[in-house]
Amino acid sequence: MIWETVRLSLRSIRRNVLRSFLTLLGIVIGVAAVIAMLTIGSGTTEKVKADISKLGSNLLVVRAGRPAGPGGPGGLDQVMRPLAEKDVTALVAHLSGARAISPASQKQVRVIFGTESLTSGVTGTDSAYLDARDWKLVSGRRFSDSETRSGTGVCLIGETVRQQFFGAGEPEGEIIRVNRTSCKIIGLLEPKGYTGFGQDQDNVVLMQLHAYQRRIAGNRDLDNIYIAADDRTPTTELQPRVEDILRDTRRITPDRDPDFAIRDMTQIADAMASATTTMTGMLGAVAGVSLLVGGIGIMNIMLVSVTERTREIGIRLAIGAHEKHILIQFLVEATVLSLLGGIIGILIGLSLAGLASATLTIPFAPSPAVILLAVGFSALIGMVFGFFPALRGARLDPIDALRHE
Amino acid sequence: MSAPLLITFDKVWKSYGEGEARVHALAGVDLAIRRGEFVAIMGPSGSGKSTAMNIIGCLDTPTVGTYSFIGVDAGRLDRNRRALLRNLYVGFVFQGYNLLPRTTAAENVELPLIYRGVGARERRDLAMQALAEVGLIGREHHTPAELSGGQQQRVAIARAIVTRPTLLVADEPTGNLDTARTHEIMELLTRLNADLGLSIVMVTHEADVAGYAGRTIRFLDGHVASDTMKAEAA
Repeated sequence: MIWETVRLSLRSIRRNVLRSFLTLLGIVIGVAAVIAMLTIGSGTTEKVKADISKLGSNLLVVRAGRPAGPGGPGGLDQVMRPLAEKDVTALVAHLSGARAISPASQKQVRVIFGTESLTSGVTGTDSAYLDARDWKLVSGRRFSDSETRSGTGVCLIGETVRQQFFGAGEPEGEIIRVNRTSCKIIGLLEPKGYTGFGQDQDNVVLMQLHAYQRRIAGNRDLDNIYIAADDRTPTTELQPRVEDILRDTRRITPDRDPDFAIRDMTQIADAMASATTTMTGMLGAVAGVSLLVGGIGIMNIMLVSVTERTREIGIRLAIGAHEKHILIQFLVEATVLSLLGGIIGILIGLSLAGLASATLTIPFAPSPAVILLAVGFSALIGMVFGFFPALRGARLDPIDALRHE
Repeated sequence: MSAPLLITFDKVWKSYGEGEARVHALAGVDLAIRRGEFVAIMGPSGSGKSTAMNIIGCLDTPTVGTYSFIGVDAGRLDRNRRALLRNLYVGFVFQGYNLLPRTTAAENVELPLIYRGVGARERRDLAMQALAEVGLIGREHHTPAELSGGQQQRVAIARAIVTRPTLLVADEPTGNLDTARTHEIMELLTRLNADLGLSIVMVTHEADVAGYAGRTIRFLDGHVASDTMKAEAA
């Protein structure tokens, strides 16, 4: 009986292909929008998480200044006491559970090779920086310990810098000018691409910390200390230990606020991801409105269909159809119709999301739960919006219905 | 005349409208029809014959009075119970055939069986049997548009008898047909009445069509004006 009814409804949909298609359009667009939004959204979330983990997984970043809100910079209301090398020394000596500890200072500086120039993020650091940030070399070598101690003018460059200056050529051994000092390229960093905020992570030059301090910054301050946790230690556990050690070396009693901030990149990643999720949810809600519109479209066309087929309903009633037979017939028709729209919408939505993930280089992350939900939801829309027209058909008086032209 | 009563009207009134505008389509009709009878109902338009037919077919109910069908007080049943009664005991044939368009003859004939919950294979067999009885074998896969008027009416008759009803209600069954087709259809109905013992109530306004029936009831202004048996049947 149900199968009979489904077949019947498919036939009546096929009889009015254009009309059925136009009716479906609302549902198709609604479902496609929801699916595309949610799929792109979860892809973006994954991308943001991946971006932040590119900064280094399980990474704590210490900077000078009072901790403001989560991830915010230090307040300006106090004289900043910069981080110093003795802080790093203390951490190296006393901190357990860290895989790598590295000091770093950055500045945007003009870098010149031959007649080409480029403003690049120049970072003064040591060899452990690459470990802390999980950054590998494509070619060349790291800073040696003796270079670290002496502060020789050697540097590692990112992919963007290489392309700007050397095209496809090998950069190693070439001398570039950074500000007014020169340094020899000893290695090429693995490309990291752009961050989610559009920042080119490959437009960088890494120098010896001492050389940077002496020749570029002109002071011995440290902007950041990067601390990577080892595999057994969660960053949430490492963070209080770092704070204790730094309070100790910087002589800050427990009753005062620290004059340094420790940022947990994992937490930032989570915060970003949840922000994206909220955003996705809101966009999804907007798309939901078009589903509602689609539902009204279905109701409209089902009312037309019931009116058009009044005579047919009359025949069926005269022949002995129960009210519920007519009700089910039109309800199934509305459901099949909107389910069909839902399925087409899912296919279009997934294609759109696939296209978007290809162009925006975010992962394509279709969620079976979301797809299932869309199928269920579109069926539900058919049932809800099809009910009133179906009831109207079922309640027709057979005598009037048979007389209907 | 020992056949059991199929239909009785006991002072049946059917009224429409309110107050001054109130009209009585049936004004106190008493009527009895026995099983196996072939009755023609005649009368000018507005005489109440269509209203009587709708009540007989359990499509409508009296305003006042009692209508019993196979001993059931059908006038007091709700619409779903009357639908069941129609499905089990009544077959309908209409002037305009009223077949479902773009649906094959066999599928049209199967329709009442679907509402009875008969399985697909049995439905097909019964439909073919009914189509054979009306002489339409070989046309079962044609849609109404591919059939002549006479053939369409045969499909409609097959649809009406496929459930083996007790009563066939025919509303001007030959109204759209030419003389030759009319006689074919009437001979078919006469044969079904004789062979299957199918009771038939037929509304018509053509005397020669009514002539096929064993009994003719004339309606006038909501009353039974005359009720005559055919000479040889009497």
